[in-house]
Amino acid sequence: MYPQVIFQNRKPDRIATMDEYRQSGGYQAITTVLQKYSPKELQQQVVDSGLQGRGGAGFPAGRKWQGVADNAPFPRYIITNIDEMEPGTFKDRFMAHVDPHMIIEGTILAGYAVSAEKGIIFVRPSYESSALILEREIRIAKEAGYLGQNILGSHFSFDIVVHRSGGRYICGEGTAQINAIMGMRAHPRQPPPRTTEKGLWEQPTVLNNIETLVNVPHIIRNGPEWFKGLAKTKTAAGTKLYCVSGKVKNPGCYELPMGTLLREILEVHGGGMLPGCEFKTCLPGGASTYYLPVKFLDAEMDFDSMKKVGNRLGTGAVIVFDHKTCLVAATLNLMDFFVRESCGWCTPCREALPFIRDLLWRIEVGEGKEEFIPTLRRMSQHTWNSYCAFAPGATMPVTSLLDYFAEEVHEHISQKKCPFKK
Amino acid sequence: MLPKDLLEPLQKKIAGADHPRELAVDVMLSLQNHYGYLSDQAVKEAARLLGMTSLEIEEIATFYDFIYREPVGRFVIHVCDGVVCWMNAYDSVLNHLSKKLGIKPGETTKDGFFTILPTACIGYCDLSPAMLINGRAYGPLTPEKIDGILDRLRSEAPSPRMTR
Repeated sequence: MYPQVIFQNRKPDRIATMDEYRQSGGYQAITTVLQKYSPKELQQQVVDSGLQGRGGAGFPAGRKWQGVADNAPFPRYIITNIDEMEPGTFKDRFMAHVDPHMIIEGTILAGYAVSAEKGIIFVRPSYESSALILEREIRIAKEAGYLGQNILGSHFSFDIVVHRSGGRYICGEGTAQINAIMGMRAHPRQPPPRTTEKGLWEQPTVLNNIETLVNVPHIIRNGPEWFKGLAKTKTAAGTKLYCVSGKVKNPGCYELPMGTLLREILEVHGGGMLPGCEFKTCLPGGASTYYLPVKFLDAEMDFDSMKKVGNRLGTGAVIVFDHKTCLVAATLNLMDFFVRESCGWCTPCREALPFIRDLLWRIEVGEGKEEFIPTLRRMSQHTWNSYCAFAPGATMPVTSLLDYFAEEVHEHISQKKCPFKK
Repeated sequence: MLPKDLLEPLQKKIAGADHPRELAVDVMLSLQNHYGYLSDQAVKEAARLLGMTSLEIEEIATFYDFIYREPVGRFVIHVCDGVVCWMNAYDSVLNHLSKKLGIKPGETTKDGFFTILPTACIGYCDLSPAMLINGRAYGPLTPEKIDGILDRLRSEAPSPRMTR
C-alpha cells in the first residue's frame, strides 16, 4: 500500500466532513500561509515542489501562478476545473466525493498565491452530485471562517462559487472555459494576451485542474522535498490519481506514486485482464493519447517517461483494450465523439475530423482502400494547425492506429470486412 | 408568464451576481425544468432576465448537450456512448432501451415519459456501461437492471418532474 495523500480520507460509503478533514491536518496550510507566507513565497514553495498541472499538459503549477504580473490589475480570478470530459477520466468526481474540503483549501491557497478575490469551480452537468456537495461544503467552510472577508483575521478576502456547465467537451479547454463562464459560446482563444493577463471578464485569471490544487495544502504542510519524494521517478513529483477502465477486473480510481509502472497499475491495482481477455493495447491518458503497444507496458507513468516512449500521460486515465476488440471500430467510436464535440470554431478541426471519421467508417464496413491511409495521416497532420490542443489530441488514436496496428487496418481493407465480425 | 416562486429567486440571484451573463446556463436550466424543455418562450424570458438578446441565448442553448431546445420526456435517458461503454456493450444497452420503450434514439415515448439521447462520455467509466437519467447515474447496466430502473421511474409517475 502506498501513502495516500489526496485519498487519505477516502471512505467506502460517504464523503469526509470538514471536521474529519481538519483532523487529518486540513486547513493548517491556509492558517500557516496567512500568518507567515507572502504570495510570492507560496508560489516559490509550489515551484520548488515540482508540482505539474494534472489536467494533461503537465505545466509547472507554480510557474503558471508566476505568470500573473506583480502589477497586474484587480480583481483577479482563479478557476478550478472539474469539467473532465476526456473519455476514460473520472478522477475529479472521486475527489469531490472523497474530500471536498481539500478542493476548497487548494482553491483558497491558489487564490492567495495570485491575490485573487474569487474562485470559480467549473463543474460538468453529469457531475451534478459533485456540484451539490461542493456548494454545501463551501457554505460550511464559510461559516467556519475559511472563506469570505478577512479570512482567519488576515487581510485576505476570498470567495468561491460553483459554476454549472451545460455540457460540452471543449469547455475543459482553459480559454474556452473562460468564454463559457462569461455566457458565451465556449470557443478557445489564442494568446496574446495570455489569460494570466486578460482572462475572465478581461481580468488576470489562472485556471488549474482540481487534482493540481488538492496537492497544494500537503506541499505547504510537509514541504517540497517530501512532495518530490512521493514519486517513484526522479523527474516527477507527488502522487497521481490513475483511472483504470475497459477490459480489466477492477476498474476504478487509484492513488499511486507518480511514475508507477503501467504494468503494475493494470495488473496489480486494476486486477489484471478480465477472464478470457488478453491485453492488446491501452490509451494511457484518456482518448487524446496514443495507443500504447504491448512492448511499452513497463513504461513509467509520469509526464517525462511517457514522452520517452512517444506517448503522453494526459489525464492518467488508462483505457484497456483486449484482443477481441477491433481497434478500427474503437477509433471510429473515438472519432464520433471528437466530431460531435468539436466546437466548430476553426477549420482544421471542423473539417478534418469528419473526413477522418468517414474514411475510418469506410474501412470498418469493408469499403476501405489502401490510398486512404496516407490521407488519414495528412488529415491528422492538419489538426496541428488548430486553435487549441484538443484537435491534434483527437487524432492521436488515429496516427497510433496506423503506426502500431497497421496490419489490422490492412486486413480490413484486403478482406473487405471487419475481421472481428463473424 | 413565469410563476412568482420561480421568477423571484432567479431575479434575486441575478441581481446578486457580479455579471448576470455568468448565470446564463443556470437560468436556462431553471426555465428548462419549469417548461420541460427550453421553449422559444423560455429563450425570450432568459434573455430578458439576463439582459441579453434572444440570439445570444440561442447561441449557447444550441451549443450544450444538456439544454433541450425541443420537447423531451419527463425522464431524459443519456446513454453513454463513450469508448469504454462502447467496449462494454453500449449497443445492447441502447437496443434494450429502444426495444423496451418502443422508440429510437432521439425520440420520446408517446406517454411523454422517456427520451433516449446517446451522449458523450459521462465520466462513469468505472461503472460502465452507464447512463444518466435526470442527473443521476446508473451502472454497470444489465437488461434486468434497466428494466428495474425504468419500472421504478414509471411507478413514481405522477410525481412532479424531478429537478436537476
